Amino acid sequence: MTVDAAALRAAGQEAAAGNRGRASRAKRSRLASVGLHGALITASLVAVFPVFWVLVTSFKPDARAVEATPSLFNESSLDNYVDVLSGQRGNFLAWFGNSVLIALLTTVLGVFLSATTGYAVSRFRFPGHRSLLLGFLVMQMFPFAVLIVPLYNILIALGLQGTTFGLVLVYCTTAVPFCTYMLKGYFDTIPVDIDEAGRVDGLSPFGVFWRLVLPLARPGLAVTAFYSFLTAWGEVAFASALLSAADESKTLAVGLQVFSQQNRTEWGHLAAASILVAIPAVLVFYLVQRFLVSGLASGGVKG
Amino acid sequence: MRRFLDRYWYAYAMVLPVVVVTAVLVLIPLVQGIYFTFTDINEANIANPLLDRVAGYVSVGFRNYANVLSGDSSYGSFWATLLRTVIWTFCCVFLHVTIGLGLALLLNRPMRARALYRVLLILPWAVPAFISSFAWKYMFNSQFGIINQTLRALGLPEPVWLGQSNLALVAVIIVNVWVGVPFNMIALLGGLQSIPGDLYEAAEIDGATPWQRFRHVTLPGLRSVTSTVVLLGVIWTFNMFAVIYLVTGMNPYTRTLITYAFERFFAGASRDYAVASTYGALILSVLLVFALFYRGVLRRQGETL
Repeated sequence: MTVDAAALRAAGQEAAAGNRGRASRAKRSRLASVGLHGALITASLVAVFPVFWVLVTSFKPDARAVEATPSLFNESSLDNYVDVLSGQRGNFLAWFGNSVLIALLTTVLGVFLSATTGYAVSRFRFPGHRSLLLGFLVMQMFPFAVLIVPLYNILIALGLQGTTFGLVLVYCTTAVPFCTYMLKGYFDTIPVDIDEAGRVDGLSPFGVFWRLVLPLARPGLAVTAFYSFLTAWGEVAFASALLSAADESKTLAVGLQVFSQQNRTEWGHLAAASILVAIPAVLVFYLVQRFLVSGLASGGVKG
Repeated sequence: MRRFLDRYWYAYAMVLPVVVVTAVLVLIPLVQGIYFTFTDINEANIANPLLDRVAGYVSVGFRNYANVLSGDSSYGSFWATLLRTVIWTFCCVFLHVTIGLGLALLLNRPMRARALYRVLLILPWAVPAFISSFAWKYMFNSQFGIINQTLRALGLPEPVWLGQSNLALVAVIIVNVWVGVPFNMIALLGGLQSIPGDLYEAAEIDGATPWQRFRHVTLPGLRSVTSTVVLLGVIWTFNMFAVIYLVTGMNPYTRTLITYAFERFFAGASRDYAVASTYGALILSVLLVFALFYRGVLRRQGETL
């Protein structure tokens, strides 16, 4: 399971690849260059277009969003956004706050749990570390949403049913297995010499982890944070079952269902709400993206 | 014992939080869920603490498994659904890996605007699933969707994409490929960049053609990454619920094992937890068998997972 550490290293090595490739760029024929950029531009358009189209639709009134002729602008205005934000169709701002809180808590807790576990299985050959990793793999094979009933009962027994913290713990169990794999792979690329030097200098095993290894693993942690954040940000099934039904305690993903009910979807409003939901996710993504490049270009983790 | 603890106590201390949380929130529900598969539990006979009702479900032995495995259509036509799930998983994973590899190979070349292409190509990963599903559902709409509007402008036939036909399966595969390519692309790009450059130089000196270099340097160098990506891809795609359910709803032509488990779980007046759990247990068994088989194949090729 080396995939993710390798992926993380990708960004950092591009600087080197860029230098190496300068000669070969000169060699590439004009035709090959056109083909290369043509393919990448096409792929990028396919990747971006659906999001772009939602953005275009979000400015149209519901009735104009379903016209049989495509147009970029059609009575476009900010009305949909005003409607959504002013809370005509439910307390959008409260949902937004809940989602932010839940996603951030999941991110912090998920990163913490997977970092400690990933470090332990990366560095220590303690009895049981293989079965732990295997267990994480098997955990992803069962569709946990069909376990909502037992989960519900356990959360009641723990007094966590309907609480933010209960939902955050559930999200952590879905995000942690993959994140642990990812971080284990990343920790594996950090030389053990660093740990040993730290121990010689009198740090405890936790001190080594906290003060030496974690700072070096920042890019890996950033990707883990991104993954945990997304796990919690867009989830519907657990959120609708495990949070209380009161309107002000819903998350965005649950609350937005109000725009597409009874076979009558309000496309314009739904698009505007979708854009508002997507913005934080894309923002987090963009931060991670930059952090990855800068964090890896310094070369600290390449050993 | 003393020495054992001295050596490992900090390792155990570090994994303890995860082990406790997963034991309570995964293992216990899992065991209980498997127990449910041997009962007739549903919304009407489950214990309900709010109504002060005690559990009224009884053990039925292997009846759920017998019903489901008989392939009866009132229990979701298991074998036909399994076949559709396998087709869905194979198409998605195959396209994820091949398109991801193709884009990774392109992105791995030095060129102008590479960072920009990379950001744009990863974007679908950052969009929450229910939003991408909404976007594609809107674009696939047969009357006002941009896809059919484009086909009309080109004078081509305008199919009903999300209707009651196998075209709906094609449509959800397209959506899921769009959602899943970025992860595979990035993983494979990382793999490509970890292949030492001197291997390529050596191959070039030996007069290898570009195809030979790809075949004999790139592909073997990527094997550990692809084996992981394929295994995870199969598990995730097999259990991919959100895209199918949000784009096509309960369409029998896009029914997979997991969406049927959800249908039994959420839909109808008598939420049938027993059959939903049975489907969950069968999904787990199918994936376990696949993982063991896959590991065997890799081991024969000298790879370990």
